[in-house]
Amino acid sequence: MKNLLELDEVEARYGPVQALHGISLTVGDGEVVAVLGANGAGKTTTLRAISGTVSRSGAIELDGKQLRAGPEAAARAGIAHVPEGRGTFVDLTVNENLRLGAYTRRDRGVKADIERVAEYFPWLTDRGDQRAGTLSGGEQQMLALARALMSRPRLLLLDEPSLGLAPMVVREFFRVVRELNEKEGLTVLVVEQDARIALSISRRAYVLEVGRVALAGTSDELRGDESVRRSYLGY
Amino acid sequence: MQQVVSGLASGGIYALLALALVIIHRSTGVINFAQGEMATLSAYIAWTLTANHGWSYWPAFVATLALSFGGGVVTHRAVIRPVERGSVLRIVIVTIGLLIAINGFVVWQWSGEPQQLKSPFPSDTIDIGGVIVSVQDIGTIAVALGIVFLLWLLFQFTKVGLALRAVAVNPQEARLVGVRVTWMLALGWGLAAMLGAVAGMLTAPAVGLDPQMMQAILIYAFAAAVLGGIDSPVGAVVGGLTLGVLLNMLSYLSQYGLFDWFTEELRLPTALLIILVVLLVKPSGLFGRPEVKRV
Repeated sequence: MKNLLELDEVEARYGPVQALHGISLTVGDGEVVAVLGANGAGKTTTLRAISGTVSRSGAIELDGKQLRAGPEAAARAGIAHVPEGRGTFVDLTVNENLRLGAYTRRDRGVKADIERVAEYFPWLTDRGDQRAGTLSGGEQQMLALARALMSRPRLLLLDEPSLGLAPMVVREFFRVVRELNEKEGLTVLVVEQDARIALSISRRAYVLEVGRVALAGTSDELRGDESVRRSYLGY
Repeated sequence: MQQVVSGLASGGIYALLALALVIIHRSTGVINFAQGEMATLSAYIAWTLTANHGWSYWPAFVATLALSFGGGVVTHRAVIRPVERGSVLRIVIVTIGLLIAINGFVVWQWSGEPQQLKSPFPSDTIDIGGVIVSVQDIGTIAVALGIVFLLWLLFQFTKVGLALRAVAVNPQEARLVGVRVTWMLALGWGLAAMLGAVAGMLTAPAVGLDPQMMQAILIYAFAAAVLGGIDSPVGAVVGGLTLGVLLNMLSYLSQYGLFDWFTEELRLPTALLIILVVLLVKPSGLFGRPEVKRV
């Protein structure tokens, strides 16, 4: 499998505080990769470094090409980032949110794509004119995912999608992500507190500790690892 | 009825300037105190084009809009953007500095002597169903509402308009979907400068062009924006028109003994009173959504 995303010794800082101390990881084309770790391990910062929302050093390559700094450049290169805590425009309607997802696209297929995306989220169809802020938490998270799909991303970054959602909604969310990966070959890098559900859809995973990669392997290997089981799976 | 029409005409001007304030406040969270002076500068540019270069009114109107738009964009890029990451107070002080600088420039360039910017509309009156109204007033209302309508089309039905609204709602998110946020902010300043230019060019023929002409109007625009809700474009328009009609009705009624204490000098204090009362009683205004602070 050829690498779609490659991070080489990536560092990032918030003012004087260094959050990443040289992260190296790869995501293969069409692969689902999970990033696990405790609070403050640098999971979210890793995604932010990739989408250019935090200043970084070190090399990030997408499809063999050096990724330029800044979120606009990342978006234009085909990276869709669904941030933690529902990334929707609450004052805009569902349809407007979806159209904004396709903002970087110049082609005429946007309308058709809204219908295509709605096949994964049937409830979206008759609620196009509803304000995003009036949706439930789970619906907003689904809308954030649908909006990310509207950009026809090469790489989807998901940050803690399970946060604050009911278990049933979380399962439904990950079911859709798995389906997108299997049907459309969508490449996904997912950061999750809920290691069990993340490992259930990922092929490989990285465990971060204080801004470094502590452990890497296939999801099956990590599930079998004593320390991962104790720290993140809880049995 | 006549009073209502002429109130709507001045209200339309307040609405345009209030809308300019709202556009900038929504996207950057600051009040642009220089908005009135920017409008004055635009009116002087229109005057120079018509009086000194022999342009007729409408070509000069369009050229002034284009120049003002460019001026607004440049102002944001050169003056506001460098301080944007600082506190709100810093930006406010910069806009006050801009107010003084533009006012100084206008006096230096054109002297403080009042000039006459000619009106595009004849000074006739017409009879509409028994009501005698001035063509000047009708024209002013039509231009103001026309501009508001065009702006609404831009915001509601174009991709740029959608991006402008997205930036106002959530700039971080907007960057993630690939919107060039700093350019959208500059565009907002350009549009605001254009709205101000229209307000300035409609005001000058009525009150005479002088460097101080927009200062009172800016206060009325503040009152209109606060009344409608400082983040609500619809509110700015409704607030402007309401204020215009209200002030005119007060003047009118005072001639007939009602509110006979109300004189022209009380128009401005009344606007300030409205600002104060709205901020005390309903800070979000008529159309604004109450601000929710998370603790």
